[in-house]
Amino acid sequence: MKKLLTGNEAIARGAYEAGCLIASAYPGTPSTEILENISQYEEIHSQWSTNEKVALEVGCGASIAGARALVAMKHVGLNVAADPLFTIAYEGVNGGLVIITADEPGMHSSQNEQDNRLYAPHAKVAMVEPADSQECKDFIKEAFEISEKFDTPVLFRVTTRVCHSKGLVELGEREEIGVKEYVKDIRKYIMVPANAKVRHVEMEEERLPKLREYSNNTPLNRIEYKDKRIGIITSGISYYHAKEVFKDKASYLKIGFSYPLPDQLIREFANEVEKLYIIEENEPYIETFVKAMGIDCIGKEILPICGELSPEIIRKAILGEEKKESYSLDMEIPARPPTLCAGCPHRGIFYEVGKYKDKIIATSDIGCYTLGMAPPLGVGDTVICMGAGISAGIGFDRANRKANRDKKVFGFIGDSTFFHSGITGLIDGIYNGSNMVTVILDNRTTGMTGHQENPGTGKRVTGEEAPVIDIEGIVKAIGIKEENIRVIDPYKLDETKEAVKDAYEAEEPFVIIAKQPCALLKEVQRARRGLYCEVDQEKCRKCKVCLRIGCPAISFEDDVISIDRAQCNGCTICLQLCPFDSIELIGESR
Amino acid sequence: MANSLLLVGVGGQGTILVSRILSEGLVEAGYDVKMSEIHGMSQRGGSVTTQIKFGEKVYSPSIGEGEADLLVAFEKLEAARYISHLKKGGTLIVNDEEIYPLSVLTGNADYPDKVLDELVEQVDNVKVVEASRVAEELGEPRCQNIVILGSMVKVLGLENIDWIELIKKNLPERVHEVNIKAFERGLSQ
Repeated sequence: MKKLLTGNEAIARGAYEAGCLIASAYPGTPSTEILENISQYEEIHSQWSTNEKVALEVGCGASIAGARALVAMKHVGLNVAADPLFTIAYEGVNGGLVIITADEPGMHSSQNEQDNRLYAPHAKVAMVEPADSQECKDFIKEAFEISEKFDTPVLFRVTTRVCHSKGLVELGEREEIGVKEYVKDIRKYIMVPANAKVRHVEMEEERLPKLREYSNNTPLNRIEYKDKRIGIITSGISYYHAKEVFKDKASYLKIGFSYPLPDQLIREFANEVEKLYIIEENEPYIETFVKAMGIDCIGKEILPICGELSPEIIRKAILGEEKKESYSLDMEIPARPPTLCAGCPHRGIFYEVGKYKDKIIATSDIGCYTLGMAPPLGVGDTVICMGAGISAGIGFDRANRKANRDKKVFGFIGDSTFFHSGITGLIDGIYNGSNMVTVILDNRTTGMTGHQENPGTGKRVTGEEAPVIDIEGIVKAIGIKEENIRVIDPYKLDETKEAVKDAYEAEEPFVIIAKQPCALLKEVQRARRGLYCEVDQEKCRKCKVCLRIGCPAISFEDDVISIDRAQCNGCTICLQLCPFDSIELIGESR
Repeated sequence: MANSLLLVGVGGQGTILVSRILSEGLVEAGYDVKMSEIHGMSQRGGSVTTQIKFGEKVYSPSIGEGEADLLVAFEKLEAARYISHLKKGGTLIVNDEEIYPLSVLTGNADYPDKVLDELVEQVDNVKVVEASRVAEELGEPRCQNIVILGSMVKVLGLENIDWIELIKKNLPERVHEVNIKAFERGLSQ
C-alpha cells in the first residue's frame, strides 16, 4: 500500500517497521512530528525527555540494554546532546541506536543554520541522509542494520524540506526484533581512560575502515550515468533540486550514506564525467572531502553557503539562467511577522516589564515569548539558546556591576525551557550571588512547536497521566527566598504590575512565575469561546493606549478602534488599560 | 512536466488543510505528488506557504520565482507578496479578504489601497473568489478555505476526483454538511 507521508511521518513508520522499541526526543522544528507520530504505535515506548542530552542518554541506555532505540531532535538540540554523542560513539551499541538530527537550512524557525553533517566526522559516527519520504522510511530500517552490524550509533540527517514535504511511501510490515541479550562488558560500556584508549584505537583501525568499505558498496550511495558532460555529487534534498534542473542532462552520484564518504565511488565517478559539480546545502562538506582527494570540482565558488538551496539558485549559478518571467506589483507590502496571539498570556507581563524598558536589560530565551522583543512591546536584549535567558542574564548582571551600570537584569524563560536547561542556570545564579530577576512564563505547554506536553503539564506524549513537576517547589528548593517569589496571573495587570515593581526593587534573586495556559490550547479555546471584549464607541476617546499592547485583535482604522470578535478571547488586558472604561467584556466562560 | 501550485495565506486560515485534501485527491488520481509546507512560527499570524507539485514524476518540491502555474492566495496582501512566484501566463486565484498585519493594526503602516485592482490589472488570468462572503452566508466563517478548494478544483479541471469523500475524511462529522456546501459554492464561483 502507498501512502502520502511527510518525511517525519515516514521516519516514524520506518522506526515502527524496523522493530524499534524505545523512542525519546525533545520538541523542536522541524523534528517535532517524528516522536508525535511514533507515539501512535503502541509497540514503541515513546517519551518527551526534558532535553536532548537526556533524550540521547535514554537512547544510549536502551541500546546498551539491547533494544532498538531512536532519538530525535532539531539541529541545535544535537549541541545539547553532543556530550553523550561523542562517548557513545566509542562505546558503540547493543540494540541499534539511530539519532535523528533535523537541520534547518534557511532558518524558518531557528536561531542558526548549523550543518550537522559536520558532527559525523567529528564524533566518528556513521551518517545516513535521505532525500525524500520513501527514503526516510527505507533508510531508517537500514540505519538500524548499520548500527548493529558495525557497532556504531548512526546519525540520521534530515532537513526541513525533507521533514515537512509529503511524498508517496510504500508501507511494509513491522518486524519484531525483541530485546537482545545484555552481557556485562565494562571494557566496552565503561569509558574510563584505560578502556577509552583501547576503544578509540579500535574505532580508527577496525570500525571506520569497515564503514568506508561499506560506503563504497552500499546501494545508499549510487551512481546514475546519463549525460557525462556534467557530473553532480549531491545528497539529501539537493539531489532532487539538481534533478529538477538537469534531469537526464547530467550524471549523478547520489550520496545517502555520507559518513564515511565513499572515496572509491567518488574517484570512479570523477574519472567518468567531464565537469564535476558538488551540489549541497550549507557547508562544503562533500566538497572539502573531494578536494582533499585532489579531485577538481566546483561547489561553493558558485553556490551559496547561506540559506536553502533551490532549483532556481542552481539554475542561475551553473547555467547562468536568469529568473523566469513573472509579475510584479509596484507597492509597499507591509511585512507579516509572527506575533503574540490575541489572548496570549505573555502579553501582560511584557507590557508591565516594558514600562521599565530603559532601566533594565532583558535576556530572553527560545519560545513564543521571544516575540516579546517585537514592537510595540519591545522587551528583549538577547536571545541565544535554550536556557540562556537565565544564564546569560547572570553574566550581563556581573558586567553591569563592573561598569557601574544601573540596570537590573530580567531573564525570561518558558516552562518547558525552564525544565530543559533553565534550572541549572537558576542554581548558578543563587550559588554565585546574582541578583537578577527570573521570569518563568508558565503557559502549561510547549507552545512554539505546537503544544507538546512537558514535565509540568501532567501528561505524557501518549496522553497518559503523569506526575506534575512543581516549578514553584523547584524554585524554593534551589534557594530563592519565599518573600522573593511571586506567582501571578498575567491576565491580571494589577497583580503583574506589583510583582514587577517588587522584582525591580529587590536586592536579592527574585523569581516571578506567570501562570496562565496558552490561549491556543484546545481546552482554553473551548472554555473561553463565548468571551470577547467590545469597544463602546460612545466612550472611546481614541487615545490609543490599547494599541500599545500589540494585540492582533485590536485595530485602528478610519479613526475607529475596534476589537475583532473572532480573535479576541476576552483576556481583558486592553480593558484593564483603557483610561475611559470604554471596553467591555461580553459573554461568559464555560 | 509537473504542475506547480503555490498556496499562500495567513496562519490560522486553513491553507494546510486545503493542501492536504488536494494532495490526497491528486494521489488518488494517480499522480506523483510532492507537497512542502513551511510552518512552525506561522500559527502566530505570520505568512504561511505551501507548495504542491504533481505530475508523472516530481523531483524538487520547491517553487521559485516565475515557477508557479497556479498561485492561490487566501488573503489579498499575501497574493501581492508572492505574485513574483507566478509564471507569466499562469493563473491567480485570490480570496477577497483582508487580514491586517500588526503594523497596520497599530497604525504604523498602511494596508495598500486597491491591491485587488492592481492584481487584476497586472495579471493576465485572475479569478477573484469571495470566499469569506460565501462562508458567512453559510453561517460558518471557518469554511472559507473549502470554498477556495472548490475554486481551485474548477480551475485545475479536476472535478472527476471524489472531493466530497476526501472532505469527509479530513474534517469532523459535525461540519461535513456545511463544508460540502462550501465546496460546491466554490466550484460554481
